[in-house]
Amino acid sequence: MNESGPAIRVRKLRKSYGGVAAVRGIDLEVAPGEIFAMLGPNGAGKTTTVEILEGYRDRDDGEVRVLGTDPGRAGRSWRARIGIVLQGAADQPELTVAELVGHFASFYPSPRRPAEVIDLVGLTGKASARVRTLSGGQERRLDVALGLVGSPDLLFLDEPTTGFDPGARRDFWAVIRALSGSGVTVLLTTHYLDEAAALADRVAVLSDGVIVAEGSPAELGGRAAGQAVVSWQEFGGTRSERTTEPALLVTSLVSRFGGEVPGLTVSRPSLEDIYLELIGGRP
Amino acid sequence: MTSTAQASAGAPAATGQARAALPGAWRIGLSRGAVELRAFFRERQSVVFILAMPAVMLVLLGAIFSRPHQSAPAISVSDLYVAGLIGGGVMATSYQNLGMSIALERERFTLKRLRGTPMPAAAYFIGKIIQVLVAALAEVAILLAIGVAFYHLRLPAAVSAWWTFTWVFGLGVAACSLLGIAASSVPRSAARNGIAVITLPFMVLQFISGVYVPIFLVPRWLRDIAAVFPLEWMCRGMRSVFVPQAVVLEPGHSFQLGQTALVLAAWLVAGLVLCLTTFRWQNRQAG
Repeated sequence: MNESGPAIRVRKLRKSYGGVAAVRGIDLEVAPGEIFAMLGPNGAGKTTTVEILEGYRDRDDGEVRVLGTDPGRAGRSWRARIGIVLQGAADQPELTVAELVGHFASFYPSPRRPAEVIDLVGLTGKASARVRTLSGGQERRLDVALGLVGSPDLLFLDEPTTGFDPGARRDFWAVIRALSGSGVTVLLTTHYLDEAAALADRVAVLSDGVIVAEGSPAELGGRAAGQAVVSWQEFGGTRSERTTEPALLVTSLVSRFGGEVPGLTVSRPSLEDIYLELIGGRP
Repeated sequence: MTSTAQASAGAPAATGQARAALPGAWRIGLSRGAVELRAFFRERQSVVFILAMPAVMLVLLGAIFSRPHQSAPAISVSDLYVAGLIGGGVMATSYQNLGMSIALERERFTLKRLRGTPMPAAAYFIGKIIQVLVAALAEVAILLAIGVAFYHLRLPAAVSAWWTFTWVFGLGVAACSLLGIAASSVPRSAARNGIAVITLPFMVLQFISGVYVPIFLVPRWLRDIAAVFPLEWMCRGMRSVFVPQAVVLEPGHSFQLGQTALVLAAWLVAGLVLCLTTFRWQNRQAG
C-alpha cells in the first residue's frame, strides 16, 4: 500500500450501462486530508464514479487506486479504512441510535467510541431514542455517524445535507471541517454550489460523464471573473453582453444613448453562473 | 504514514500500520444476531404476523374443531393442529420472515450499507441464522404451551420422538430459510408486491399441507401438489412426534420419515444453490 501517494487516483475511468456511456474518461487525484467535491447535475456520472471508488460497482476501463488499492479487488482491511455515508439509516427503525452506532463499531478493528461519534454529529440527546422517532435531519446525522464510527482515513459523503435546515447545515459543515482538520480525506458529492464553496479545497464539475472544470472554488470563480456581464434595456427588452472591458462597453453605450443607459447593470458572474454555464444551462 | 499521522486532533491513535486485527466473522456474526433479535422482537409487524399468528390460529381452530372428526374418533383434532401449526410456524419464522425482511433490507439499502463496511458476508448470515433459530424455537414453545394448557396435548416422553423433532426442525428451518433468502430476490419491491410474491404461496401451502385444514380432509390431488414442497413433510414429521396415534390417517399407515428426510434435504440443497446463484446486495434497478 502506497501511503505517501494520493488518497484517490483515477485515470481514464470509463463505465457504460447497456451501451450508454455514463462515465467517459475521468481523471481525478485527491490528496490525503483534502476535501474534494464533485459537483454536477443528475445523470452527470457522479454516483457511478463514486460507487466505483467505493467498490460497489465494476468499471469498464481505466485505472483506479483508493488508499493505494484497487477498490474492485479490495478486501476487508481496505473497507475498514473507508467510511461511506449512505442515506437511509431508518432501515433499523426499532433500534436506538446508540445501539446502531455501537453495532456498526463492532465491524471495525479500531473504531471510534460510539458515544464520541454520536456527540460529534450532535445526537447525544437522542442516543437512547429509537431510530424511527428521529427527524429527517437527525436521520442524516445518524447516517454520518455510521460512516464515521470505523475511524476511516477516507470518507465518502453523498449529498450529505439534503433535507437539512440552514442551521443544521452549518453545524454539519463544521463537523466535516473538523474531520478534515484531523487528517481524514473527504470526497463529497453535492448539488449545492454553496456547500462545495463552503467546504471543498477543490471542486470538479461533471457533465455528461466528463470533468468540465476542476480547481479550487476561488479559481473556478476567478476563471470567469475576468469577464463581466453588461446588460441594459433596448428595443423593449433586456440586452446583455459579456466582455473583459466593461468600462469601454459602458462608455460606448453612453455615447449611443446620449446620456443615461436605461436599466444598466454591470455584474461579475457568480460561481453559480459559471457552474450553470459549465453544465450547459441544466440546473 | 506521513500526512495523516501528524494531524491527529480527535482521531484515534490507531491508523495505518498500527491498525488492530479485524474482528472475526463469528464475533461480528454474534453482534449481528443480537441486533437481528432486538429488531425482530421489537417490530410489531414481525411479532404479530410471524410469531403470534400461528398461536392465534391454534387457539381459534382448536376451539372451533374441538371434537374428533368422525373418520378418526380416537384422534383429537386440536392435537393435529398443534403439529400442523408447528410446521407452519417453523416455516413462517424461517421462510416468510427471511423472505420479507431481506427484501425490505435490500430495498432500504440496509444490505448496501452493510456491504460498504468490513462486515464479512458470513457474519450477516450467522446473524440471520441466530435470529431464525431463536424465533422458531420460541414459536414451537408457544404452540406447545398452548396445546398443553388448553387442548390436553401430551408431550412425548421417548428420546426417539425428540430426536425426530430435532432433525425435522433442523432440516425444515435450514431448507425454508434458504428458500426465504432466495425468495427475497423475487419481488421488484418488497413493500408493493412482497406479500403477493412471498406470503401468498406460503398461505396456499398452509391450506393444502395440513396446517390450517387437517390433512385427511385435503383432497388427494391437492395433497400430491403439497407433497412437492417441504411444508407438507415438516407437518408430517411433527405429527409423528406429537400425534403418533394419527398414523392410522396417513397413506399406507406410515409417516414415511425416511422420505421426509430425503425431501427436506433435497430442498436444502436446492435452496442453497438458488441462494448462491441469485443473492444480491442491491436491487436490480438500483442505478
